[in-house]
Amino acid sequence: MTASATAVGHADPATAAGADRPVIDLRDARKTYRTGDLEFEALRGVDLRIERGEYVAIVGPSGSGKSTLMNVLGCLDTLTSGTYRLAGDDVADMDETDLASVRNEQIGFVFQQFNLLPSLSALHNVELPLVYRGVAPAERRDRAAQALARVGLADRTANRPGQLSGGQQQRVAVARALVGEPALVLADEPTGNLDSRSTADVLDLLDALHAQGRTIVLITHEHEVAQRSRRVVRVLDGLVTSDEQVVAA
Amino acid sequence: MSWTETAATAWHAIRAHTMRSLLTVLGILIGIAAVILTVGLGLGTQKDVSEDISALGSNLLIVTPGSSTDSSGIRGGFGSASTLTVADAEALASQVAVPDVAAVTAEKESSQSLEAGDANWTTTVAGVTGDWLEVRSRELASGEFVDPASTDEVVLGPETATELFGRADVVGRTVSIAGTTFDVVGVLEAAGSSASTNLDDTAVVSLTAMTSAVTGGTDTSVSTIYLKATDTDAISAAYQEAQSLLLALHGASSADAADFTIDSQDSLVSTATSVYRTLTVLLAGVAGLSLLVGGIGVMNIMLVSVTERTREIGLRKALGAPPGAIRRQFLTVASILGVTGGLVGALLGVVAALTLPAALGSSVVVSPLAVGGSIAVALAIGLLFGVYPAVRAARLAPIDALRSE
Repeated sequence: MTASATAVGHADPATAAGADRPVIDLRDARKTYRTGDLEFEALRGVDLRIERGEYVAIVGPSGSGKSTLMNVLGCLDTLTSGTYRLAGDDVADMDETDLASVRNEQIGFVFQQFNLLPSLSALHNVELPLVYRGVAPAERRDRAAQALARVGLADRTANRPGQLSGGQQQRVAVARALVGEPALVLADEPTGNLDSRSTADVLDLLDALHAQGRTIVLITHEHEVAQRSRRVVRVLDGLVTSDEQVVAA
Repeated sequence: MSWTETAATAWHAIRAHTMRSLLTVLGILIGIAAVILTVGLGLGTQKDVSEDISALGSNLLIVTPGSSTDSSGIRGGFGSASTLTVADAEALASQVAVPDVAAVTAEKESSQSLEAGDANWTTTVAGVTGDWLEVRSRELASGEFVDPASTDEVVLGPETATELFGRADVVGRTVSIAGTTFDVVGVLEAAGSSASTNLDDTAVVSLTAMTSAVTGGTDTSVSTIYLKATDTDAISAAYQEAQSLLLALHGASSADAADFTIDSQDSLVSTATSVYRTLTVLLAGVAGLSLLVGGIGVMNIMLVSVTERTREIGLRKALGAPPGAIRRQFLTVASILGVTGGLVGALLGVVAALTLPAALGSSVVVSPLAVGGSIAVALAIGLLFGVYPAVRAARLAPIDALRSE
């Protein structure tokens, strides 16, 4: 725990204050969905700790609870019971507005469906998290342009999502996830809708982000994708069944 | 997120569905224009009527034949069975019986065709007695007034003179009324016209001439007696005096049995304006309903837009938009729709109010208060009917919103 924290401490000085605490600290997490009389336990007591700078893949078949886990980790959904501390703060104590600012400042999302706003240019899409953070327009544009440059789309800032290929759209989404310098990048099947070449591009990007010291949680059901991470957590029927480090090839 | 950015985002959303936004604005626009126009028309008519009545003269009491009472309905046809006579007018002129009446004139009116050379013109001919000029607050532009005893003198209104002779200065010329030749002894000063009466298109003869030469026969009835009170404070005293004198002359025991009606100018004005005020409120109410329908249109379109953009709302929330920002975003769209409808509707209402009087011949009064008020109402409607959709959008759980297709 201490080892991994110090290993990345130099790379992310901005968040040094919270560097000794795990980014994700999930204890006995349970989530029950109710539809009429039917109850479905999506999470049945999950314990998960992820330290700063880790690159973790969460894998499991569909219906295993990994999407629920991802939503809980992203503060998009709340637990039925158990505690979730994100960078040391208990999420249960927060109201919708606090959660919005946590999502804004601590988490960068990459979705399978890209989820870009079709009417906005790539630059405006990347700017969105900074808009809600209240960053001044000029600074926002600069940072969004830099983020797009980092994903290799410096020449596509004015294009709308419809004018970009799937791979390019997902790179815009990655730029949007990292523009706010979040503690955690959450990627939900980021390569699910991409061809093999674009998949490789996006995974290379995630590798680069990890090398820069960013904490990455990747949800996938593809073995090859999971193997790019440093730690694989397997989920089945709402429980963690295995949690092992990947031996670098 | 700053207000300018919220406004820019809202504008972007409106532009994305131009047709739909225009139709929504149209609903508000029609409502606002209708309210401005109907209220303007109502106030204009009210103004016309009170001006008409004021133009009759000042401090006036108007005696007409027949009466309508609460207990017995209408007694005597209004003007048909003439129960007022020249004798009544002469009695009312007595300083002893009615000290608070300064001047009296009786009128007997008839629509006649006037001829002068090749020209002929149909107008209202009035046979009058007493101090007509003073009581009716009129003046002569040239010449003199008709002699009460004369049977061949006429005073023309300036418009009548122009219609018959092509000019107003016609003293000394002659006109033929119902086969009798009259000398024009004077021309009235213009007093203006309004929607219902034209005070400048008239011919005035003595009552003697009217009965002998125009209507014929020995009928001594008159259609109206005008009394002028000595001053404004004396109007109610004059009313009492005139009423008791006429009741005595007509052998009626109480006011309920009167076969005449005395109206004061004030009571005529207030009756007329209260009627038109009621009408205005009614019309404005109907117009207000269309505004309500416009507001429901805004709500409808906002709800459609929230449903359509559920996924976008979810994404914005995932990226850190607090509920307040989402709420503001939708409220701003609704207010822009409302205010646009209000501004354009007010513009349209004012333009219609300026052009319609020429076509309708009736005044339209547009007060800045009504215009400003209706724009404010349009904004309020946008906000009011935008609140529910906006709150719904803000309450969407980000995860449900993101999952929606």
